[in-house]
Amino acid sequence: MSHGKVCELRIPSLPNRLKIVRALVSSAAEQAGCGPEVTFEIVVAVNEACMNVMQHSYRGDEDGEIILQIFNNGRDMVVELLDYAEAVDVNSVKPRDLDDIRPGGLGTHFIREVMDGFQIGRTNDGRRNYQRMTKTIA
Amino acid sequence: MQYNIREESGYSVVELTGDVDLSCSPNARKAILGCISDGKHVLIDLSAVSYIDSSGVASLVEGYQTAKKGNFRFGLVGVSDAAMSVLKLARLDKVFPIHSDVAERLAEDLA
Repeated sequence: MSHGKVCELRIPSLPNRLKIVRALVSSAAEQAGCGPEVTFEIVVAVNEACMNVMQHSYRGDEDGEIILQIFNNGRDMVVELLDYAEAVDVNSVKPRDLDDIRPGGLGTHFIREVMDGFQIGRTNDGRRNYQRMTKTIA
Repeated sequence: MQYNIREESGYSVVELTGDVDLSCSPNARKAILGCISDGKHVLIDLSAVSYIDSSGVASLVEGYQTAKKGNFRFGLVGVSDAAMSVLKLARLDKVFPIHSDVAERLAEDLA
C-alpha cells in the first residue's frame, strides 16, 4: 500500500543512537511487508549512511543533528538522511576496491551493494547534505 | 556490546556479545589488539553477535592484519548468521580463517 511518508526521526550525531535507528528502520521495513533478508539489507544501509554522517560529515562532532525520513510509495522504500554539515564532495564518496584488504572504507560499498538506488548531494536551499537510499520492495 | 576474554588451548578467545557498532567497536578493537600485543594467538567468537557494522568489521580486519604481521594466529569462530551476512557483503568470508568452534580450529592447527 502506498503511504508516502512513514516517519521521521531526529537524532544527535551520537553513535549510541545507531541502535535506535536500526530498530526504527527494521520496524518500518517489516510493517511495509519486507521479509527478513530485505529488512536486514535496509537496516545495514541506513546504519552505514548514519555512520558516514557521524564520521565524515560531522567528523566525530556529537553536537550535530541527523534527520532520518522514511517513505513508502508502494513500490519502493526510500530512506533519506539529512545533515547540516559542510557540503560533502560527492566525487570523494566512492566504494573502495574490496581486494585491498584493510580496515575501513566499507560503508559506501555496503550501501551500494544492498540498495537499488543511492544518491548523495546538497538540498536545493544549500543548507543540508542528503543521502537518499531506495529499495524496491514490491 | 559486551566482551569476555578466555584462554583456551593456547588462544585468547575474545567473545563478543550483542551489537558491535560504531558506539562500541573501539572497545572490541582495543580488546583484540590488546591480546595480540600480549603475545597471544587470537580467536574471535562471534556466536553471540546480533549485529556488526563496518566499524566492527574494521576491528576484525585490523586484528587479522596485526596478528599476521606479528606471526600470531588469528581466526573467527562460531560466526552468527547476522555477522556472516555482513562479512559476505564485505567479501571477507573468504579472507578470514573461519571455523564453527574452537575445537574445529584446533583440529586444523594440528593437521
